[in-house]
Amino acid sequence: MIRDTTIGAKLWAAAVWATIGFFVLNLIAMIATVVTSSFATRWLGTWLPAGWTTRWYTSAWSEFQLWDVLVVTFQVIAAVVFISGALGVTAAYALARRDFPGKRLLVLLFLLPLLIPPMTFGIPLATVLYQTGLAGTFWGVVAANLVPTVPFVILVMIPFIEQIDPKVEAAARVFGANTFKLFIYVLLPLLLPGILAALLLVLVRTIATFELTFLVAGPTSQTLVVALYYAVFAAGVRAVQSIDAMAVIYMVTTLVWLIIALRFVNPTQIVTRAKQQPAH
Amino acid sequence: MDTLAHASPVEHGPSLGQRLAARGFDAVTLLVVPAAIFSLLLFVYPFAFGFVLSFEPKAGGDWLANYRRFFSDAFLYDTIANTLWLAIPVTLVNLLLAIPIAFRVRLMRNQRLLTTILVLPITLGTVLVAEGLLNYLGPQGWFNRTLMTFGLISQPLKLVHNYWGVFASLVITGFPFTFLLTLSYVTGIDPALEQAAATLGASAWQRFRHVYLPLLMPGLAITFCLSFVQAFSVFPSAVLLGEPAGSTRVISIAAAQAAFEEYDYSMGSAIAMIMGFVQLAIVVAVLASRGLFYRGPASGAKG
Repeated sequence: MIRDTTIGAKLWAAAVWATIGFFVLNLIAMIATVVTSSFATRWLGTWLPAGWTTRWYTSAWSEFQLWDVLVVTFQVIAAVVFISGALGVTAAYALARRDFPGKRLLVLLFLLPLLIPPMTFGIPLATVLYQTGLAGTFWGVVAANLVPTVPFVILVMIPFIEQIDPKVEAAARVFGANTFKLFIYVLLPLLLPGILAALLLVLVRTIATFELTFLVAGPTSQTLVVALYYAVFAAGVRAVQSIDAMAVIYMVTTLVWLIIALRFVNPTQIVTRAKQQPAH
Repeated sequence: MDTLAHASPVEHGPSLGQRLAARGFDAVTLLVVPAAIFSLLLFVYPFAFGFVLSFEPKAGGDWLANYRRFFSDAFLYDTIANTLWLAIPVTLVNLLLAIPIAFRVRLMRNQRLLTTILVLPITLGTVLVAEGLLNYLGPQGWFNRTLMTFGLISQPLKLVHNYWGVFASLVITGFPFTFLLTLSYVTGIDPALEQAAATLGASAWQRFRHVYLPLLMPGLAITFCLSFVQAFSVFPSAVLLGEPAGSTRVISIAAAQAAFEEYDYSMGSAIAMIMGFVQLAIVVAVLASRGLFYRGPASGAKG
């Protein structure tokens, strides 16, 4: 490693660290504001609230019907994770193992929903879903959320499948395994870490996916993040602390899954689509 | 060769299945079909449908009526400028902050803690960040309070319900994304190249300018595009933290309003198409300029 010992280099390093520190400090302070407010009795014009209480959680729980919202959220997420896993892993297997005419076009087709922002394809998609009567229903929300997650699973899984030696599969074939047995006894155990990682990433992203759910959700098919949006949007109708309590519940649901996910995936994978090359 | 080709392919030639398999089509390839059908049904078809619908105005008129309305109504066409005026500065700020920080963090041994903290705003999502910033940056929030305690300002800065609120939220959610992407490109460059330059007496700035920057340029172009696309489609924070009827009336607000408040799906689709087109134009321009820079391996060669 190269060490610069001039004063300029040290000042520069200090400035860079100060910027990182400033960013992280603001981020933590922002989250702390929400948490503090959710436990506050009255908080106006002071550093800290006048008193502490947990009653906003019970009031938010009943006012926003959070139990129903949470049930819907987890049902949507479970359906999205399961379907995108089933569709994505099979397609990724075909794309990783076979070379066929039109493959590049197909890969481009799977890349596009990740490159085009959800608002652009969400509005035509919602229009179609409204005309078929799917919008506003549970399956409409699942369908809309699947559009970016299926390609995401495919792109994460392709490099993972490519690194498994095809000879292993050939050996299983030689010993008479059919495709189903091959998948259950050979591929699934080998691919499990990759599938787990991909599906956890889908899970974490789906909790926070706002636009697509917002465009197609009806009153009974709202997920937590959309309910939170409507609560903030109609601010003034309900106490700020009540909304903050809901935000904390949302944060806790997200963070629990994030912590689980981080045990299996590298944080950078949440941002970058495919497996990165290891740093030298 | 000629006789072989003529020797009755019907009797001895490979079966249709075998011929397809030789070109890569067999049972395994068919596994891609469900995902492809899904993508056609829920992505390609709606997109094509929306495209056609945008030329069939709800209020009647000729096929270009929606587009003509968009470009003649200042309340509508200004949304493009509003969006660009947010998205381009935010993307540049994020990128210019991310590069030096990525270069510093690359030398860190334990990056995981920092990357985990930075992943937080991405996973929490824009709605939560908007809701948190409403309190934090508000006139009674901790940010203004701290500045006033230090005597930097005498009265609270107005940071929410205007341009700067949206700007701040886009930096909070966008910077970690840009940074993590940049970091993955920076760490992909072989440090031996820098060491070679240092051995030959290049200063830190020269090493960055003449060794790293050219190698990094393609990656930075892609990072710019992905960050720009995210900032361009800003929606919840522009509504919650900005002034959705004024300076932060971005194009996605106009599209959502047309489609779901006026129930004019045709106009909504037209605005979504314009949005996609503007975005695509900028992405193509950036990626085309990438061709002006070095392209090649960044992993260095032994020798």
